[in-house]
Amino acid sequence: MAKGKVNNSPKILVFSTEKISDPAIDMAGLLKLHYPPTVYTIPVPCSSTIKPRWILHALERGFDGVFIAADGTDCPYGETCTDKTGEIVRVTMEEMKKRGMDPARLKMAAICSVCSEPFVNHVKSFVEYLSKSSK
Amino acid sequence: MKKKIGVYVCHCGGNISDYVDVERVRKAVENEEGVFLAKTTMFACADSNQKEMVNDIKEQQLDGVVVASCSPKLHLLTFRAVAERAGLNKYNYVHANIREQVSWAHSDNKEGATEKAIKIVEAAIARVRHAESLDPIKVKSTNAVAVIGAGVAGMRAAIELAEAGSDVYLIEREFFVGGRVAQWDNLFISKESGKELVTRLYDEVMKHKHVTLLTGAEVVENKGSIGNFELKVKVTPRHFKLQCNPGELQKAIDVCPVVVPDEFNFNITNRKAIYHNYPSEYPQLPAIDIKNCTRCGECEKVCTAVDFSQKTEYRNIKVGSILLATGFDPYEPKKGEFGYGEIDNVVTLPQFKRIVHYSKDKLMYKGKEIKNIAYIYCVGSRQVDGDNKYCSRYCCTATIHAAIDVKKRFKNVHNFHFNRGIRTYGKQEILYDESSILGDIYLQSFEHDPPVVEKVGNETIVKIKDILTKDKEIEVAADLVVLVTGMTPRKDNAIGNLLKIPKGRDKFFNEIHMKLRPVETVINGVTIAGASQGPKNIMESMNSALSAATKSFSIVASGELALEPVIAEVDEKTCEWCGKCDEACPYSAFSKVEKDGKFIAKVNPAICKGCGMCLPVCPVNALNIIGMTDEDVEDMIDALIPNA
Repeated sequence: MAKGKVNNSPKILVFSTEKISDPAIDMAGLLKLHYPPTVYTIPVPCSSTIKPRWILHALERGFDGVFIAADGTDCPYGETCTDKTGEIVRVTMEEMKKRGMDPARLKMAAICSVCSEPFVNHVKSFVEYLSKSSK
Repeated sequence: MKKKIGVYVCHCGGNISDYVDVERVRKAVENEEGVFLAKTTMFACADSNQKEMVNDIKEQQLDGVVVASCSPKLHLLTFRAVAERAGLNKYNYVHANIREQVSWAHSDNKEGATEKAIKIVEAAIARVRHAESLDPIKVKSTNAVAVIGAGVAGMRAAIELAEAGSDVYLIEREFFVGGRVAQWDNLFISKESGKELVTRLYDEVMKHKHVTLLTGAEVVENKGSIGNFELKVKVTPRHFKLQCNPGELQKAIDVCPVVVPDEFNFNITNRKAIYHNYPSEYPQLPAIDIKNCTRCGECEKVCTAVDFSQKTEYRNIKVGSILLATGFDPYEPKKGEFGYGEIDNVVTLPQFKRIVHYSKDKLMYKGKEIKNIAYIYCVGSRQVDGDNKYCSRYCCTATIHAAIDVKKRFKNVHNFHFNRGIRTYGKQEILYDESSILGDIYLQSFEHDPPVVEKVGNETIVKIKDILTKDKEIEVAADLVVLVTGMTPRKDNAIGNLLKIPKGRDKFFNEIHMKLRPVETVINGVTIAGASQGPKNIMESMNSALSAATKSFSIVASGELALEPVIAEVDEKTCEWCGKCDEACPYSAFSKVEKDGKFIAKVNPAICKGCGMCLPVCPVNALNIIGMTDEDVEDMIDALIPNA
């Protein structure tokens, strides 16, 4: 594939979780489920660890989208994770609107530790959305 | 800031280098700020390369190391250990995942994969630049363990811990020990009864000076954490003095006018408010069920040991670890589930065992002799629609064992097993074989087409479309229908809630890792054993009890603990206590303290798990996880931004 084409694909930063969604993303690789190489991952302990300022930083510095691969109900730190992660998304989206950004540039989905295929499908559709909206 | 970072880019044979140009990656990062050396290696994890890394770190005095290879789940610990062997604090090591998340994920796009690998290694370098050496957090530990639940698992664990030299508080909610096993008669394969097993364990428990047994006792408060749990135990009195004349006791039971269903026999019999689950049960002192007692005083007149002046006591104990062996509840069928609660000769497996126990020459239930018995398997387990998706493991064996038992003990018994596939794994297969030889009939159906129990006239009919005979409709007129009910988590989860023990999807207590850390929970210092963790037979419960005892012992024995230092930290300058972090923390790791004339949040390092749930809720951004500060994360993000 030509170098130019690679760089034209939307850039996505994924926040994965060390115990749940990162293993799923690892397994996507193991299963050779391909997704665009402009998708980068930073693992954090839990999806409710993510500070809105990190998301905003990524979006303002050049990432087209941020995807939170959330723990969902599988979170080893307890069931409050889902609500807390939801709240982070809500607060961040509000801030994005204030700053004139499309809130849909932030996406969240629960990715369980074996949800490799759903992960790939999520990022692919996100890439598609971001490519369309940037044109 | 690091000045001498070593970077190693792994080929992984060809797993990485077939798709990622590792030499280009090396070249791209060798001139990065702070990078002192950058190498490629065929196998980073190989012994020869590990030795080379140790030499490099020592000779070149590297202050930070990055290995770009497989997922950190495989080799993060390997390379942290390499750093340590070379005398470099292990937190100066950062791992870059360029196999699972690069070469394999993008094997269709070599150029893209190489560019991504470069970014990921650059991000790792950005992170290692401000990595800091961290020392484990030291916590003193009390050499005592609270074992919750004096069933067979709890007693076995208590004995083991006491023998190893720890003080043990064995805390039992009921007035008698033995848990569920005390309700069972002869056990496969030794023919020993549950009672005998319980007695043996109880005798051993009582032999140890180091074990304090508390019955009628419940933990109601916990104020500490690993190494130093401070528990408040509520001890309900039995209302009996220690010396009790057996003759007087029987009189006291006889005169007691209160009659209530006996839960020990799953309500198939009644008992008085003064009770013993069975004669010779341990502790041998009876108890008064004060909830049902009318205080009529009749018993006091005939038995001098009765003492109504005893009061509920609270005991404060300090332990280094808590071992939970709280057991299970049998599944309680819904009204109408296979006729339960509606048809009078439908009982559960635990009830059946008590019926067999109380039958002498003939197998009797409600005054009728039982000849044809229909067992319906997997009631409350392997549910298609319900929540209990799991197999309860013990019930196939327990049922077949009970069926053989009644067939041998009583005349003219016919057993009909309505099953969904028999799971008498391991040695237990011998029982299945024996029951087949004895002529038991096995009928089978799929989960979506279960047998039907109906009352036709005076008869109870069990119908099945039997898949073993090509869907033939078969009916059995049963004198007794036994619903083979499985294990469910304890309905009363007070102790789980108190200690914040996470539950799995099956609602049993959850371990950290099913295979690698099977008896530890995410709550530091709390281990789990027996059926509190999921369905287990006695042997499996013993295995887990001994394992949990060993794990708990390792926590309390050394006197001092070294805990993971990657936890939350509070910026004391910006923090103005608002309590949001305290609300967000699932473990109550925060406390409000006064410092320099203001209130701030303080993290208890023995409790904090480093989950970071507190981070985003702080309104003044005063919280970080050590090694994952805003600077760390934002520098990584900057390094990852694809060439704009």
